[in-house]
Amino acid sequence: MATRRDFVRQSALASAAATAGISMPLSAQNVLLERPLTEMKWSKAPCRFCGTGCGINVAVKHGRVVASHGDVHSEVNRGLNCVKGYFLSKIMYGKDRLTAPLMRKRDGVYAKDGEFEPVSWDEAFDVMAAQFKRVLKEKGPEAVGMFGSGQWTVWEGYAAAKLYKAGFRSNNIDPNARHCMASAVGGFMRTFGMDEPMGCYDDLEHADAFVLWGSNMAEMHPILWTRLTDRRLSHPHVQVAVLSTFEHRSFDLADIPIVFKPQTDLILLNFIANYIIENGKVNRDFVDQHCNFMRGNDDIGYGLRDDHPLQQRAKNAGDANGGEKIDFAAFAEFVKPYTLDYAVEQTGVERGWLLKLAELYADPKIKVTSFWTMGFNQHTRGVWANNMVYNIHLLTGKIAEPGNSPFSLTGQPSACGTAREVGTFSHRLPADMVVTNPDHRKMAEKIWQIPHGIIPEKPGLHAVQHNRALKDGKLNAYWVQVNNNVQAAANCNEETLPGYRNPDAFVVVSDAYPTVTAQAADLILPTAMWVEKEGAYGNAERRTQFWHQLVDAPGQARSDLWQLMEFSRRFSTDECWPAEILDANPEYRGKTLFQVLFENGKVDGFGLEDIEEGYANHESKHFGFYVQKGLFEEYAEFGRGHAHDLGDFDLYHRERGLRWPVVDGKETRWRYREGTDPYVKAGQGVSFYGKPDGRAVIWALPYEPPAESPDDEYDLWLTTGRVLEHWHSGSMTMRVPELYKAFPQAPVFMHPDDASARGLRRGQEARIQSRRGEIRARVETRGRNRPPRGLVFVPWFDASVLINKLTLDATDPISKQTDFKKCACRIEAA
Amino acid sequence: MSQPRSSNRRVGMVTLAALIALCAWLLASAGFAQDPGANIPEPTGPSAYRSIDALRRGAPLTTEPQAAPMARVENLDLKRQRGWPEQPPTIPHSIDGYQVDKNSNRCLLCHSREGTEAFQAPMVSVTHFMDRQGQVLAQISARRYFCNQCHVVQTDAKPLIGNSFVAVDEVIAPAEED
Repeated sequence: MATRRDFVRQSALASAAATAGISMPLSAQNVLLERPLTEMKWSKAPCRFCGTGCGINVAVKHGRVVASHGDVHSEVNRGLNCVKGYFLSKIMYGKDRLTAPLMRKRDGVYAKDGEFEPVSWDEAFDVMAAQFKRVLKEKGPEAVGMFGSGQWTVWEGYAAAKLYKAGFRSNNIDPNARHCMASAVGGFMRTFGMDEPMGCYDDLEHADAFVLWGSNMAEMHPILWTRLTDRRLSHPHVQVAVLSTFEHRSFDLADIPIVFKPQTDLILLNFIANYIIENGKVNRDFVDQHCNFMRGNDDIGYGLRDDHPLQQRAKNAGDANGGEKIDFAAFAEFVKPYTLDYAVEQTGVERGWLLKLAELYADPKIKVTSFWTMGFNQHTRGVWANNMVYNIHLLTGKIAEPGNSPFSLTGQPSACGTAREVGTFSHRLPADMVVTNPDHRKMAEKIWQIPHGIIPEKPGLHAVQHNRALKDGKLNAYWVQVNNNVQAAANCNEETLPGYRNPDAFVVVSDAYPTVTAQAADLILPTAMWVEKEGAYGNAERRTQFWHQLVDAPGQARSDLWQLMEFSRRFSTDECWPAEILDANPEYRGKTLFQVLFENGKVDGFGLEDIEEGYANHESKHFGFYVQKGLFEEYAEFGRGHAHDLGDFDLYHRERGLRWPVVDGKETRWRYREGTDPYVKAGQGVSFYGKPDGRAVIWALPYEPPAESPDDEYDLWLTTGRVLEHWHSGSMTMRVPELYKAFPQAPVFMHPDDASARGLRRGQEARIQSRRGEIRARVETRGRNRPPRGLVFVPWFDASVLINKLTLDATDPISKQTDFKKCACRIEAA
Repeated sequence: MSQPRSSNRRVGMVTLAALIALCAWLLASAGFAQDPGANIPEPTGPSAYRSIDALRRGAPLTTEPQAAPMARVENLDLKRQRGWPEQPPTIPHSIDGYQVDKNSNRCLLCHSREGTEAFQAPMVSVTHFMDRQGQVLAQISARRYFCNQCHVVQTDAKPLIGNSFVAVDEVIAPAEED
């Protein structure tokens, strides 16, 4: 180009640059201003990380992401990002990106004990299909499984669920959202009969008080924290209560700081219910018109293996979800023992704080929003804790209106949009339907255009059972996508590693990077990530957000969606479906799973011409139709007209996301309330229409102790969690130099007195041990987390500090979600 | 590629700063920085448990590596190049013991509009005065109050895995022509 040759030589500047040791091409002007060169293509995308779902603008130049920033047009974040979000530009460029399939081989063929060698996609899928077919033939669909993710795009989760439930006829598909949001789902279903929050982030600008129950929003939902901070500091009457088992960054804004003993949050919740009743602050009109009362089964066990003594002792381990109808008087009687004195004694919290906290809920003039995340959900009584916080909002009628909002925050970017709404759990179908309900199965089979009887009615294995079944040799062909479960799952030494490396198991891991889970696999599939594919995520406030493919994935990396659909071509209905169903429906004979699941006239119903000009789409180009649009429109059939309405596909590419139900192109901000929710009929006022009688349930539930507590041998509480700078297991953020250097390693946060009592000082190496394993980490007695005596905190992002070797795989018996916050450990100098 | 802007004087300052940075980096590195190669155990046992994840620092999955030395915060007060203009600058100094809570904000003592002359600290950018609607306020917007949600310190830990992100000026740099 002539203009380049025309650059003026600026010798003075060049010699100045040389003095500074900076090289500068002599031919180059020092500032380029030509518009075609400096113009970058900006597109929108949601953030890749947490459930907040911030809007991002992403700049692309010459096929590379070169910049990103918060989208000023996004309602969620209005131009802001947290530090992770600001560094999204770098997450795809870690130097060890996987660019070819890797298979364990010995002497040129697959071998469980072989070494990883690069193979073609054809060879990878040939071996993988042979293994899956062998297992299906020898042991049936209950021996194949998949572990997916709340970081799958909507259509990836949908295609995976369809392939497993309708193709392989296996319900053994579960997402890592089981570790994250299962208790929240259980709480919603039991109280409201319908999943996901009734409110939205707009509550942040309306509340007079915020209560954080086991949520460190300052680090884990930073942009929601900026909105909460804005509200608190801009409006001095606003109060913030922060509850946790240790002090963390959210305490910097706390008006009511509360550190309670692990598990006694259940006591705090019943104390508040009792306080509301005893002080005559129950909203009787609301309760009489909109609520029922139930007493839940107690003594429900801890989700451990059946032969564990704690399981065998539990009276209701077999019916954890059960209960009986009671009335208000019986509920009042039930919570009566949870007095202020009892709460002070059990929780270790000063009475003044407890009274202030209770008053936030009891005072009818205070609009209160409760937030919670893993402190409630990762809890052996997590569903109860969710039910119990709804109790206090229902008793006071402080719900489903601006500022009055019990708000379950989501961990992952699409735990709501994919894992929950698509129904990628082992017991679920799309739109809150379940496999155990024959009508739900029938509806799914109708939309999927497959014969009746294909979807199995028995719930499959859930996440924690996956690892146990792998170890026990009951799950033999297993596919993991978009997560790092060897690092994430509890009890790594006793369950996860022996499971993955069991010679009877064939384990496939799809990932962008060589994680510890990839290491433990037999076949690794290189995967396109984030804006290397067209995607959709659904955030914590029911907002569905789309993005386009903006750049190409490196090497042979392909999206999870491409992998799922391409793999389905290698199976026929005759190999996967029972002969009697095929006899009755001969038109399905001899078809591939790809043909019956994806070439069904709906999924392949939109051509490539529908793809917005200027954007690539590697899956659609490969398959010859607009796969994302076809999958989305078929999926949307499940929810439309059933209070889960999604808008048209193209609408989402234009909008900065919309909150479902989207009716007549309009989103819904507050559900269950007349005037803001189109599903509430005129004159009803409030209707919890997820329940047949429109009434939410207030649950009478007791305190029960944790599965494991400190004793003489293991004398400290161990709790785990995240840090601001790293997302989950760190596989992306630890590869961004600035984020790595900001927080390079996981220390053990502990009280200085606990350290000195063990002869430890800050910076010293310690061994942290539980009954299940040991890790080594540096002692940190300062900084952002300040545990009380008797409790230590170790984050889990660091692959060289696998803290889940120590944690216990005890779960909530209702939600099957692991309690990562409570087990016993001991610490000594290394 | 960094590109100095104007006069010789400025370039001289850049040179000096670069030299100081180099010396300080050498000093800071000695004995304290994380060494990715340190304490890598010999790969033993079945290959299944070896590590392909560089973040494991070579440790097989069945063992846990020695903890890396605690990294130290770089405290040199030298600006770092940003990867792109909207990237929030990393903090070039230690913030140990800084009080940033609802009662006071230590960062804004120096980085507020009023503080910059006295402390020769860069003023927070104009975006920090805007509320959610883009309206400029008399003081920093409360939604920007907790600085460390976006601005983080950098330790002397050496990244275990490189990153091949390329800044846009290199992406658009004219190819070398003969």
